Amino acid sequence: MGKITGFLEFDRKVEAYENVEERIKNYKEFTVPMEEKELNDQGARCMDCGIPFCHSGCPLGNLIPDFNDAVYRGKWEKAARILHATNNFPEFTGRLCPAPCEEACVLGINADPVTIENIEKNVVETAFAQGWVKPQAPEHRTGKKVAVVGSGPAGLAAAQQLNRAGHQVTVFERDSKIGGLLRFGIPDFKMEKHIIDRRLEVMAEEGIEFKTNTEIGKDIKADELKSEFDAVLLCGGATVRRGLPIPGAELNGVVQAMDFLKQNNKRVGGETFEGEELLAKGKDVIVIGGGDTGSDCIGTSIRQGATSVSNFEIMPKGTTDRPESQPWPFFPMRLKTSTSHKEGAERFFSISTKEFIGDKNGNLKGLKTVEVEWVKTPEGRPQLKEVAGSEKEWKAELVLLAMGFTGSETTVAEQLGLELDGRTNIKASEENYKTNVEGVFAAGDQRRGQSLIVWAISEGRQAAHHVDSYLMGSSKLPLKQEGDLPRV
Amino acid sequence: MRKLEQQGLYFPEYEHDNCGAGFICSLEGKTSNDIIHKALEILDKLEHRGAVSSDGKTGDGAGILIDIPHAFFVEECGFELPKAGDYAVANVFLPQKSNQREFCMNTLEANINAQGLTLLGWRTVPVNRSVPGRIATETEPFISQIFIGKADEKQSIDEFNRQLFIARKKTEHTVYNSKLSEQGFFYIPSLSTKIIIFKGLLMPEDISLYYKDLQDPRVVTRLALVHQRFSTNTFPTWDLAQPFRYMCHNGEINTLRGNVARMRSREELLESELFGEDIKEILPIILPNKSDSATLDMVVELLLMTGRSLPEVMMILVPEAWEKNDEMSESKKAFYEYHSCMMEPWDGPASIPFTDGNYIGAVLDRNGLRPSRYTVTKDGYVIMSSETGVVDIEPSNVELHGRLEPGKMFLVNMAEGRIIQDEEVKEEIAKRKPYKQWVDQNLVHLKDIPYNDCPLFIGEAPLDQRKVSYGYTREDINTIIMPMAGSGKEPIGSMGTDTPIAVLSDRPQLVYNYFQQLFAQVTNPPLDGIREEMITDISLTLGSDQNIFEETELHCRKLKIQNPVISKEDLDKIKNYDSSPDYKVESLQMLYKVERGHNGLEEGLDALLDKAEQAIDNGANILILSDRYVSSTEAAIPALIACSYVNSGLQKRKKRSKASIIIESAEPREVHHFALLFAYGASAINPYLVNEIIAEKMKEDEITSYTFEEAIENYNKAVGKGILKVMNKMGVSTLNSYRGSQLVECIGLNTKLVDKYFPRTTTRIQGIGLYELEKEINKRHQKAFATDQIPGDLDLEMGGDYRWRRDGEKHMFNPLTVAKLQKAVRSNEKTTYKEYAELVNEQSKNLMTIRGLLEFSNFDPIPLDEVEPWTEIVKRFKTGAMSYGSISQEAHENLAIAMNRIGGKSNSGEGGENPSRFYKTEQGDWKNSAIKQVASGRFGVSSNYLTNAAEIQIKMAQGAKPGEGGQLPGPKVNPEIAKTRNSTPYVGLISPPPHHDIYSIEDLSQLIYDLKSANREARINVKLVSEVGVGTVAAGVSKAKADVILISGFDGGTGASPLTSLKHAGLPWELGIAEAQQTLVLNDLRNRIRLECDGQLKTGRDVAIACLLGAEEFGFATAPLVASGCIMMRVCHLNTCPVGIATQNPELRKRFKGEPEHVVNFMYFVAQELREIMAQLGFRTVEEMVGQVQKLDRKQVIEHYKAAGIDLSPILHQVKVPAGTKFYNTEKQEHHIEDSIEFDIIEKAHPALYRKERMNLDFKIKNTDRAVGAIISNEISKKYGANGLPDNTLKLNFSGSAGQSFGAFATKGLTMTVLGNTNDYLGKGLSGAKLIVKVPEQATIKPEENIITGNVTLFGAIDGEAYINGIAGERFCVRNSGATAVVEGIGDHGCEYMTGGTAVILGEVGRNFGSGMSGGIAYIYDKNNTFKSKCKAEGLNLLEVDQEEDQVRLKQLIENHYNATSSPLAQRLLEDWNNQLRSFVKVFPEEYRQALERIAQETAETL
Repeated sequence: MGKITGFLEFDRKVEAYENVEERIKNYKEFTVPMEEKELNDQGARCMDCGIPFCHSGCPLGNLIPDFNDAVYRGKWEKAARILHATNNFPEFTGRLCPAPCEEACVLGINADPVTIENIEKNVVETAFAQGWVKPQAPEHRTGKKVAVVGSGPAGLAAAQQLNRAGHQVTVFERDSKIGGLLRFGIPDFKMEKHIIDRRLEVMAEEGIEFKTNTEIGKDIKADELKSEFDAVLLCGGATVRRGLPIPGAELNGVVQAMDFLKQNNKRVGGETFEGEELLAKGKDVIVIGGGDTGSDCIGTSIRQGATSVSNFEIMPKGTTDRPESQPWPFFPMRLKTSTSHKEGAERFFSISTKEFIGDKNGNLKGLKTVEVEWVKTPEGRPQLKEVAGSEKEWKAELVLLAMGFTGSETTVAEQLGLELDGRTNIKASEENYKTNVEGVFAAGDQRRGQSLIVWAISEGRQAAHHVDSYLMGSSKLPLKQEGDLPRV
Repeated sequence: MRKLEQQGLYFPEYEHDNCGAGFICSLEGKTSNDIIHKALEILDKLEHRGAVSSDGKTGDGAGILIDIPHAFFVEECGFELPKAGDYAVANVFLPQKSNQREFCMNTLEANINAQGLTLLGWRTVPVNRSVPGRIATETEPFISQIFIGKADEKQSIDEFNRQLFIARKKTEHTVYNSKLSEQGFFYIPSLSTKIIIFKGLLMPEDISLYYKDLQDPRVVTRLALVHQRFSTNTFPTWDLAQPFRYMCHNGEINTLRGNVARMRSREELLESELFGEDIKEILPIILPNKSDSATLDMVVELLLMTGRSLPEVMMILVPEAWEKNDEMSESKKAFYEYHSCMMEPWDGPASIPFTDGNYIGAVLDRNGLRPSRYTVTKDGYVIMSSETGVVDIEPSNVELHGRLEPGKMFLVNMAEGRIIQDEEVKEEIAKRKPYKQWVDQNLVHLKDIPYNDCPLFIGEAPLDQRKVSYGYTREDINTIIMPMAGSGKEPIGSMGTDTPIAVLSDRPQLVYNYFQQLFAQVTNPPLDGIREEMITDISLTLGSDQNIFEETELHCRKLKIQNPVISKEDLDKIKNYDSSPDYKVESLQMLYKVERGHNGLEEGLDALLDKAEQAIDNGANILILSDRYVSSTEAAIPALIACSYVNSGLQKRKKRSKASIIIESAEPREVHHFALLFAYGASAINPYLVNEIIAEKMKEDEITSYTFEEAIENYNKAVGKGILKVMNKMGVSTLNSYRGSQLVECIGLNTKLVDKYFPRTTTRIQGIGLYELEKEINKRHQKAFATDQIPGDLDLEMGGDYRWRRDGEKHMFNPLTVAKLQKAVRSNEKTTYKEYAELVNEQSKNLMTIRGLLEFSNFDPIPLDEVEPWTEIVKRFKTGAMSYGSISQEAHENLAIAMNRIGGKSNSGEGGENPSRFYKTEQGDWKNSAIKQVASGRFGVSSNYLTNAAEIQIKMAQGAKPGEGGQLPGPKVNPEIAKTRNSTPYVGLISPPPHHDIYSIEDLSQLIYDLKSANREARINVKLVSEVGVGTVAAGVSKAKADVILISGFDGGTGASPLTSLKHAGLPWELGIAEAQQTLVLNDLRNRIRLECDGQLKTGRDVAIACLLGAEEFGFATAPLVASGCIMMRVCHLNTCPVGIATQNPELRKRFKGEPEHVVNFMYFVAQELREIMAQLGFRTVEEMVGQVQKLDRKQVIEHYKAAGIDLSPILHQVKVPAGTKFYNTEKQEHHIEDSIEFDIIEKAHPALYRKERMNLDFKIKNTDRAVGAIISNEISKKYGANGLPDNTLKLNFSGSAGQSFGAFATKGLTMTVLGNTNDYLGKGLSGAKLIVKVPEQATIKPEENIITGNVTLFGAIDGEAYINGIAGERFCVRNSGATAVVEGIGDHGCEYMTGGTAVILGEVGRNFGSGMSGGIAYIYDKNNTFKSKCKAEGLNLLEVDQEEDQVRLKQLIENHYNATSSPLAQRLLEDWNNQLRSFVKVFPEEYRQALERIAQETAETL
């Protein structure tokens, strides 16, 4: 397997990007495809390790050395088969995953890791292009009905798996279209939406039913749903956004990132949307929160024509190297610079916003910050401390709050009497994804709290196995088995 | 009678013995009493080849065979005797209790009467009962002589002998079947009209003291055959002392179990007009529980009864390697081929002296693995023995010095008074019958059968489904099948195995995985089937066997298959071979009704056996067991169970010999699978599913470089080679002997299953039965034939046996354990280590290892600070043997520095060590490896290297691939490594499977003596690998005077090993260490020796368990490597280690990031964890803890359906021994080094040694003076390091016969001359000295026609010169890497594995010259133009000596030889130099030529 000396012969290479001036003119993806030979060579860099830590680092347990080898040998169809065996939607993760696999790649100990994610994307794109991604309906139907609530990656993965086991699956989505954050959170320049649509077509052909604009708990009462279906799997996500309760938070121009991104996604997708237009054009924009959502806000603001974009992060600036306490192969917290960051945003670290300043009309015109530092308490816990004399005022007409999510919405939980954990997520163990209510399961962010797409798919797949097992007494749906690398 | 009963893990059947043997006879038929004393003197001088028990007095057995002293008996007996030859006499061993004795005597008398013979009388044999040692006395029999006369005067001698035989056999059966408490005493050493045997559990010198008759001058004989045993444990018995009735044996019959089983089958067919109905009375021919030698003797006896002569019998049982010998005469070849259809070789190292009173002689096995030297004197005596110099002979009295050659026979016809040459005897025998004609007309070769039909198997389930039902994984296909179909070679892996054994695995396992291959260690050598291919053969013949009392052409009417791993096409040919009326082929389905579950399988097997019997009754002589046509209702019966059950079942029903078994199965895919099927009686195998998978891969374009036929051929060839390797591991040369040999043991199968389906196979910890096996089959079957398959899933599971996968087999080292361990040692975080240890310990408790099933009990807590400190404990810690070469310099030194810092020991591995590391660095660190390894390649093993060791480890086997050698390919041998290994850069280095100086236990004892001489302060450590019988081997090693024994688990890491060996050879250490501890304690040998354990030790818990089972020192290899950065890449063999550990690539080496601290931290953590356990259990020191198995308990509840049946009580068995018996090492071994003549020499040589004054000293030498030169060299190395003394500073002249290992490790400045001759291992590890062996002036022999030195000359020599004035034995210059030698003729396998130096051979060479020779140059004086036929090894250039440079050098060397030895041959050559030069051939290995070119180029570039 693999080319024995490939890692010594070839350098790491990923897809290039179109230059910034060009790409910010539209919302299209801007990667430049690689030659097939280049991809073969990248596959050849895989060392077929005795212990493939990538396979462990990947929450899905993707069979990375195996598809890398197939790509090296130009056996794309085989690669696609291997890839799809553990991942229902490699086209999502191949674009959007922070690639813990690459952080765990053995080559990464002392060289550049294998371009696993880019290979993954190319495998699945080739598969779609060649027509290898075909509906795979089950041969037999069990007669059981399963409701999946929420159509994000967890819900979709679970739906596809459960359908493969022969159950009749209905996916409920309260929004206008299927996809959850994939559709309304992720900007098109990171993933164009037809990518979701083509997958949904396949799934629909496989026999999965999708119901949009149907909010469980509101349009359909949760217990009604439960009585109508043999099992219910809740994949509603962790949708409660973290706010910034400081003076001026109510001002016009202080906007939640999700509202801003969703509106723009609908706009790009040619859909109508309610509420006033949130546009960055001609404004000084400050994005509070240094994560992926913040980054998405930056790219979107720039494309909308913001005058300036600044990004605040309360944590200190990370290092590009791994912190010592998070050695290989564990996933490290380190400074990440996204493509959006490079499109003209200025980033500020160790900075905390104290107050929004408005004009007399209640419109935002600026904000006040203070620099902070993290000190350890005598017990050793990190504590935030403001730096005296570091106060500063900033001009801004639009502030986007991208500070993450605190938990899931509780409507359905309340209606069903589900136990929650301390962060309002639904309590269900990884052992079987069962809630305290018979026949009701939970998976994805709604169970584990905000997380990655790859975790969502993984949860969906695992939960599907347990739902199937609940319905049938045993299940043939695959489990990823043990081996996940923990966070340290 | 004290006999060791089976207890715990100790099985008496695994005792081994090796020995010294010899004979002396008068060609002129002169009788004398002196011959007896001369013969006993032989034994006396071979005493170092025997051993003594723990009482210091009981030998392992010795004996003497002589002519019947007729005149003496006439005078001594109180009754009348007929004339000589008309009566038989025997010494009879009888019970001591008179009532039981009478029963035996009466039975014997009754049977004598029943056969119509005349009882002449009994005579009590006078013995001195104060002579035997305490242990021997416990089993000492009462000894009487019985005299028996013919039925009447006319009775022919053959008839008389036959009746004696029947009477004796009947008596044996009656007594042994009786319930007498002392029936074991009864034994008749001989019953003959010609010879009589005196033997017992005696030291050689005590034989004549014990048997008073022998001292009587009236007891005279023409011949005397003597033998003494070296048994591996201390409870040998009187009856097993040798000689036996017709022979004695030095060596070991590896194939015994198969031979015995086949003999049992042959009994079915025995018929003889001469015996009539009596034939049934003598069965079974082979009595149980006798030694291999005793068994062979019984078969010899039977064959003699068929009317064959003794030499012919020997030819049949121990044939030459005829299969690949082009030079052998057609008639002889036909004889051997004919008899191969009838009898498989009794294979193994063997020198077998034999006599029937008419003939006396000896035969050597095909490999020539035992030394046998003989001398003919001018006054008419022939003396043969394992060593020369055992009887004093004046040089002027010598007529001839000879040696027995591999496969050859040395025969004296006493009646004719002459020596008959091998050729003459054998040709005459071979021409007695028209064997050639018979073979030509009857033996059919598979390749000659026409192919005319291609049956399709319509209606078989789809391939994908069948793959699943037979448990195929993607890994099987990608890792096993594809490489074999591609390269025709077995795939290689590295870093050992850390998956659970089959019975502890959650995944359904194939039956094969519950079996582990056995391998040779110490008592017999593994073989090298690649470099010594000519002695191996994997062809088999199929068909019905015939009565061995007859010789007809029917006996060879058989089907011969060259490689019995056959393609579907081959099988079709056999199936359709109905044109021949002699073959009736019957296919039997190996399927069972799956819905009937366990009952279905059981019924299926019984039905199969019945059908097989029926088929045979209907005349079938080839049975095909086929598992084609599995379906949703019918699953396959595992082929191995079916094969073994039919094999043993037919044997029980006495129909086994009528037919051969062919397996047509989808199951076998790995070499191990095939090997097992053959080991359980299969004669050919078609792995049809593998054929189909290859076809599928062709279709998918995954095989492009070969045609389908080629790919199949490649695969079959790879399996064939792999099987050869499996056989060779055990020292078996031919598949014919391996077939049915059951050279495996079970782990995790219960006795009920094994007794029924795999009778006579060892299984020691129980486990699953047929019920659970069926469950596993069922699981796979359900999966394959389930109706609801999930779309999108992969067709097959990944496997994950060799490379970790989430859904595959579990591994102890997995992402998390590796990550945690590395984090712990780098950050020195105790908490992280705890997490790591918990992960490892917990997962092992979750059914990964045997130790995981044990838990601590009987707590008796003490405060932690009362436990000895960690700094004391780590002194018992060692790192594993990894050579510089297999790992990088950085990684190697890192381990050494770390271990030296904490007072533990690192191990050099088998690659030598750069002497600069022997001295501490300025920073105070020390890169010296405390343990220096001596392995079969002997790389860099010089006097200086050994001198700088605290411990010297002899690697007998390696956990990852016991019984195999290794190879460091040329490209890996960079100049630095070459320097360390004393070899040439870029020349590949081979470690042979055996040590060429250890073919048996007494050889090991010799090497220990050699090494102890080379460094008296160092402990000698012998590394063994866990397998059944390792305990008795350890006992033997302890008697061979090792100081430390290491028992390694089978799972240890390695740089490269065939995947089959990685998983399927050897056992977990838990079994090995427990067996060794139990056996050593039982034999009261434990106190003499330290016991060490290694093999995937990872935590303090592992160490604690090893200690409680008996270990007091502990080795770690994989774990400290992981601590140093290893991430279990498992590419060590590819040189691409990405973390700079197992690589020599300079770029990759830079990536090494390990620090000594990491290793120190690991050892610290482990010691601390151990201390916590010790505190809990109440032990203050490790010493208190050793062997305290009562602190271990089997885990209360095991719910796993497979593991629940495991019974660990044998491991936890505490042997019953007298109070005060020690459980750990308390005393030192008596090495007797102080008796060496070298101390006398050193005393005299002071001025030379310490003042570098030139000296010339004279001494006498005897064969008991062994390893002379090693001690002096050790002294020189201590003082002067590798440089030694200036040339010729100390000249030592010896006269006499030098003992083994003369000049071992002799270093620079020494010149050692022997006037006389030398034994084996001359110049072993020569380190710069000059050795001269020359014929004494008084001698009249022609040196170039006489043997002057033994086998294995200059093994592993590094530097120096040797001038040898005569012929040397086999394996001259084996693994020579730098010495220059001139000799006047050599035996087989000359210059084998040579990597450097020069050999000049001025005479004939034997076969297989230069095999594995990758470096150095040989010049052969090829006067008769025969050399090319002897030298067929690949990669050698045979050139004329036409370069001036060569001519000058060659002439110089011959001049040196002349100057050193006054060789007449050298003189003649030099006198006619220009003409003679043309007769020389230069042997120049191509690899060496290229390397020299490359070095020259590199030197030019740097200039």
